[in-house]
This record gives sequence, C-alpha cells and structure tokens, in this order.
Amino acid sequence: MTAGNRVFRIHWVPGTDRLHAVCHCAAEREFEDPVELWEWLLGHPVGHTS
Amino acid sequence: MSWFPRDQWYVAAYGSEITHDLFSRTVCGEPVLFWRTRDGVVTAMPDRCVHRRFPLSQPPSRLVDDQVVCGYHGFTYDAGGKCVAVPGQARVPRTARLLPYPVVEQDSFVWVFIGDPAKADAARIPRAPWLVDPGYTTVSGMEPLNARYGLLVDNLLDLSHETYLHGGYIGTPEVASTPITTEVDEDAGIVFVSRHMDDAECPPFYAKSTGLQGRIARWQDIEYTPPCLYKLHSRIAPVGSVPRADGTDPDAFHVEVVYAITPETETSTHDFWAVARDFALGDEEVSAFLADSNRTVVLQDVVALNVLEQVIANEPEGYQELSINIDTGGLAARRMLGRLCGRS
Ligand code: FES
Ligand SMILES: [Fe+2]
Ligand SMILES: [Zn+2]
Repeated sequence: MTAGNRVFRIHWVPGTDRLHAVCHCAAEREFEDPVELWEWLLGHPVGHTS
Repeated sequence: MSWFPRDQWYVAAYGSEITHDLFSRTVCGEPVLFWRTRDGVVTAMPDRCVHRRFPLSQPPSRLVDDQVVCGYHGFTYDAGGKCVAVPGQARVPRTARLLPYPVVEQDSFVWVFIGDPAKADAARIPRAPWLVDPGYTTVSGMEPLNARYGLLVDNLLDLSHETYLHGGYIGTPEVASTPITTEVDEDAGIVFVSRHMDDAECPPFYAKSTGLQGRIARWQDIEYTPPCLYKLHSRIAPVGSVPRADGTDPDAFHVEVVYAITPETETSTHDFWAVARDFALGDEEVSAFLADSNRTVVLQDVVALNVLEQVIANEPEGYQELSINIDTGGLAARRMLGRLCGRS
C-alpha cells in the first residue's frame, strides 16, 4: 500500500486472533492486544532487536 | 494542547455552497465568513465585525458588489478583509482589518487553513480527484453531527460496525469477520486499513447499483490523512476477479467514498460525504439510489454517535474502554491526532 521510510505494518495472522507487528526497523513481534502492540511499536527502538 | 489540530487544512464547504452571497460556517470553533467574488474567487475571513463583533453573515449585513457592509453600524470591508469605510468619519483606523484565512478550492471542496497563515502550504492538502473527474459520477452531502470529531474518526476507521449498524444497507456478515491489515506511514502521516473479502455477500448498496448478482469480491482500502480527509477505496467484482498486472481492472466496479471530518465545536462536527463511482456514469436512477442509501447510512452513524457523545460527555475523565484487533487502525489514527493536537 505504501512505500515510505517509516512505515509500521500490522497483519492479522490468518486463522488466529493474533496481530503480527513489523516496525520500520524490521523488528517484529506478535500481540493479542492492539494497545500493547502500539506501545511496543511506538517505543521504537526500545526492545526492537531484529 | 488544543482540542483540535491547529495549523491544518479543513474542508469548510462544497464549492457549490459558496455563491455571490454571504455564507457562514464554524470551523474548529472559529466562525468563518465566505463569499465568492464577482471574479469567482472564494474569500474567507472571520465572521465578526471588528467594531462590536456583529456577525457579518447576519442580516441586515449585506454584500454590495465585492464589499461586505456590517448590518449594525456599517463598517465596510473589501474582499481581502480590509476595512474601507466606517460611519461618520473619514479616517479608517489602521487596525480595522479582518485577517483573511488561506483558502483553496480543490476537488469540489473549499479548504480553509486554521492556524498561523504563514504555515499554510496548499501542496499539503490531501487530494480526492475522483470528485471532479469526468470518468466518475459523484453524489455528495453533509450532515451535522452532534458529537466530537474523534468519534467519527473511530467510526470510519473500523468498518466492522457496518455489519451491525448498517445491516441491510452496506453491512454483511463478512465485513466484521474478515481480518484487516493496518499500515501507518509516519512520514506521510497516513493510516491505511485494508480488508479484502474475497467471497462475500453483496449488500443492496452494491447489488442495486452495479447489477452484480450473488457472491462478490469486496475490497475496502481505507486511507486516512489526519485530521480531515478520509477515503475508502471500495472495489466490487465477481468472485475470483483480481486487477490485471498492468494495473487495469476492467471486471470490477470502483467506488471512492470520501469523507471530510471537520470539527465545528469541541462536541460537534461537519460530516461531509461523497460517493464517486466509475460505472453507470450519469445514470440518474443509480445516482438517486446511491445518494439516498449513503445518506441513510451516514444518518445511522449520526444517530449512534450523537448518543455516544452524550454518554461520554457525562462520564468522568479517563473512562475505561476495551480495544480488540478491529481497533488497530483506529488506535493509530487517535495517536496521530493526539500528536497533531500537541500531546506527546
Ligand atoms: S458591529 Fe459592525 S459596524 Fe458596529
Ligand atoms: Fe458507519
Ligand atoms: Zn523498531
């Protein structure tokens, strides 16, 4: 959809209730709660080891 | 911190609303006076006389050629907001001037810049070209909403509500049950939410307008540019059909649903909506059907959000909410709006 330099991508993992978050730094993690997910993404670079 | 994002462009009206006549609309708490000069240019200035603050849109205030004459004591302003005459004396005080708003007419909308005029960059106004493209036919309207604009943003970013609030119009079971993909472009300031239903029931809104029977592929691609412009790229096609590699998409029907979300006051909003289609061009019957259906849908949201506003207004600060997967895009939009309002 978009090709900017700082893009966050969140996919709903097919067949599950989980959200897969990918930071622009390529760090990724799965979540069950979108609030926690945004805290983690926006906390970049804290804990973003890819 | 402000209750709305300052230094931003907002849709104040459709161009068709502004004629050679005084027109007032409150945008982000500021009453703005518009009129179209005899040369066809839209002007925008505060709708308050500098003398005793009488509204310049209020009769007997009137437009005489390209000057507005205050209906209280006759202060007269030109199209640039400069006071050119006051009653009883020859000297017009130097400070007698209404500061004009930067204004741009584009894509059928009249945009005004609320904030420091020096920061107004017309190139930053997001586009909705379909609304004036001869390859599309558009129907549009505006409904007053007695709710804070954030509630409409929440509403439009999560279309799973179509299944419940708009059943029988645009809602079908698949909308709420199909997973979404969310993307946030921090540099461009855009939230994207997409939901691709590859085998879905066709709701009346699309069945009657496209003539498609049976199951359909229904793609919803949202593109929200905070604070004001929201676009839903809607693609309706026979099941199994996908756009071609060269980008053309001849088997599909495309509907561009555009909303402009303009705060009026802290708890009321101008809810502009437009539906542009690339099929049944010029077909009056289809236009009437889509205009009527979309207005009905918008009013279903208006009724629900007006109630929600009352609920929220009467709750203590910091009430509890619970967010789930469907809210991923809405949360991103809220965060961007918060940042634009000056929250960290
Ligand atoms: S208030 Fe407008 S002239 Fe007095
Ligand atoms: Fe709705
Ligand atoms: Zn990161």
